[in-house]
Amino acid sequence: MVLGNYKQAVAARSTDPDILRKSQDGGIVTQLFAYALDAGIIDGAIVAGQSDEPFKPEPMVATTREELLAARGTRYSISPNMSLIKEVTRSYGLDKVGVVGTPCQMQALRKGQLYPVGLRDVADKIALAVGIFCMENFPYQGILQLVEDHGATALENVSKLDIGKGKFWIYTERGATVQLPLKVTHKYEQPGCHVCLDYVANLADISTGSVGTPDGWSTVFVRSAKGDDIWAKAIAAGAFETKPIDSVKPGLELVTKLATEKITKNQKYLESRATEYGVGKALRNPYI
Amino acid sequence: MGILESLKALLFGKHDVGGEKQDQKPADKPADVIVEKKASIIKEPKEEKPVADKITVGHVHMSGCTGCLVSFADNYEGLLTILDKYADLVYCLTLADVRHIPEMDVALVEGSVCIQDHIAVEEIIETRKNAKIVVALGACACYGNITRFCRGGQQNQPQHESYLPIGDLIDVDVYIPGCAPTPQQIRNVCVMAYLLLKGNDEQKALAGAYLTPMMNLAKAGTEACGCDIMTQVINQGLCMGCGSCAAACPVRAITMQYGRPQIERDLCIKCGACYAQCPRSFFSFDVVNQYEGIMEAIDAAMQP
Ligand SMILES: Cc1cc2nc3c(=O)[nH]c(=O)nc-3n(C[C@H](O)[C@H](O)[C@H](O)COP(=O)(O)OP(=O)(O)OC[C@H]3O[C@@H](n4cnc5c(N)ncnc54)[C@H](O)[C@@H]3O)c2cc1C
Ligand code: SF4
Ligand code: SF4
Ligand code: SF4
Repeated sequence: MVLGNYKQAVAARSTDPDILRKSQDGGIVTQLFAYALDAGIIDGAIVAGQSDEPFKPEPMVATTREELLAARGTRYSISPNMSLIKEVTRSYGLDKVGVVGTPCQMQALRKGQLYPVGLRDVADKIALAVGIFCMENFPYQGILQLVEDHGATALENVSKLDIGKGKFWIYTERGATVQLPLKVTHKYEQPGCHVCLDYVANLADISTGSVGTPDGWSTVFVRSAKGDDIWAKAIAAGAFETKPIDSVKPGLELVTKLATEKITKNQKYLESRATEYGVGKALRNPYI
Repeated sequence: MGILESLKALLFGKHDVGGEKQDQKPADKPADVIVEKKASIIKEPKEEKPVADKITVGHVHMSGCTGCLVSFADNYEGLLTILDKYADLVYCLTLADVRHIPEMDVALVEGSVCIQDHIAVEEIIETRKNAKIVVALGACACYGNITRFCRGGQQNQPQHESYLPIGDLIDVDVYIPGCAPTPQQIRNVCVMAYLLLKGNDEQKALAGAYLTPMMNLAKAGTEACGCDIMTQVINQGLCMGCGSCAAACPVRAITMQYGRPQIERDLCIKCGACYAQCPRSFFSFDVVNQYEGIMEAIDAAMQP
């Protein structure tokens, strides 16, 4: 249940060394879109591209392999990818849209397809929604303070940020590595993440993250009928190398553990909002 | 186990979700089961389709620009399917030659009500009396929208200056916000309203769950503004920066800055789309988890 519905779970990585060179994990997201673009399954994809400020993501529409590759890697800050979901079908002119997003963005997408209040002619143009696992996200200022104040590193010298193995990792262009205990990161999390009840993007067509598989590999859940079809075609085209998920360490056990921890903690917080913030008053609960 | 139970309580426990059957639906069904089940849901009404089972629908035109009706018509052949299989259009000044508001199952009311126009006031009262379900179709009927800015003095009825959302005058059952509401949103509500009135128990439960948030909006009031995004989402610690609100805004009053919506309040026409689109205004796992099945069901229902 905490892992959502899925047709299969596998360990995978891209077979394309160009993609793997700068991808966050197994290059699943970029490889999926690159394959789908090639195969005519999508006309392009909304990705979290690199803005003018270091590690500040900006939603962008990638319609070429180069643009997809330029967006590789995780930026641990908010990228409002849904803000382009209508525009991508208008001025960008895409009929078959790919989109990557955190679990909450996948929720926004599916709500938008079922309740398209302000999203005319969008619902049936979503061709491939790739979800990424997500424990929490940070306002940009939070990343700035974590890297520059806590990590004593200039953000513009950073080559990669990663959260894994219980630490926040800062890798610099010159080869230095700084690690922060996750404890210091918690206060910088965006508040909206604390009511989030999804860790592994249950509503994506295909979702992926690093947790569960060795470095350089990714855990992949193939979820919807559409995702199943595209995954099968991508495998047939040789886009991915795979291993059975139960053949790798630490495997789904760790994914399940983390998902359960996240949902339980946030569930508790949601309950506390109903009773502990005032007298005879409650904070609003979005879930009905 | 505890977490599963508490999740269930969260998902199904808080509200009585319109229908009665909600708590029986286990949260942990595998996807395939759900999909197949939902696919079968729509085949039944489709294959039976006795004409006598159609619902009666009327379009009541108050002070609106006809954009909502045009949007409904923009379902193209889908509109014909709806009129062919699910609904008889018993009243619609633009399309049907009927002068007085008849009895009907569903009234789709477009536009706000000018209280200086006694015919409009009479008609909205009559609509409430004659319709089982009153749907506020579009932002003017729900929230006043652009008509909120009227100050009178225009030709050729300068005395017409006060326009109220229909919910200020009558009880409204369902809101479809948006300026204009989208063809797909209107279509989805039509199919769900049909299932609610004519479906079997399971279909009624699904339709009830789907329509609940739109019924809740109708209960929540007649004022909307981009400010709702601030007061009801950001101020409540719920915004996670997805950007749906910005995408939904018809006048591009919302931009995303540093992961949060920034509302150009002078541009806002008070349509309510941003808040209704926001996944943190309302979100039903019970409904959205079944998105594949529901979308297939609606597609199948729209086959001619
Ligand atoms: C805020 C955040 C928290 C995460 N937490 C976890 C976690 O707890 N456990 C875990 O296993 N994985 C987590 N991930 C996912 C992980 O870091 C990788 O993004 C994922 O494994 C994909 O790697 P890849 O090599 O397949 O993708 P790549 O090929 O490197 O492509 C990454 C894709 O992600 C997109 N992207 C980057 N940043 C963002 C963003 N902020 N918002 C939306 N899309 C973005 C890029 O546009 C790009 O298309 C998190 C990601 C984010 C953004
Ligand atoms: S924790 Fe949830 S709300 Fe926060 S960014 Fe991740 S998916 Fe979104
Ligand atoms: S749609 Fe809601 S959660 Fe998403 S950015 Fe707008 S206010 Fe925040
Ligand atoms: S900000 Fe835009 S979407 Fe929101 S109420 Fe105003 S006009 Fe409508």
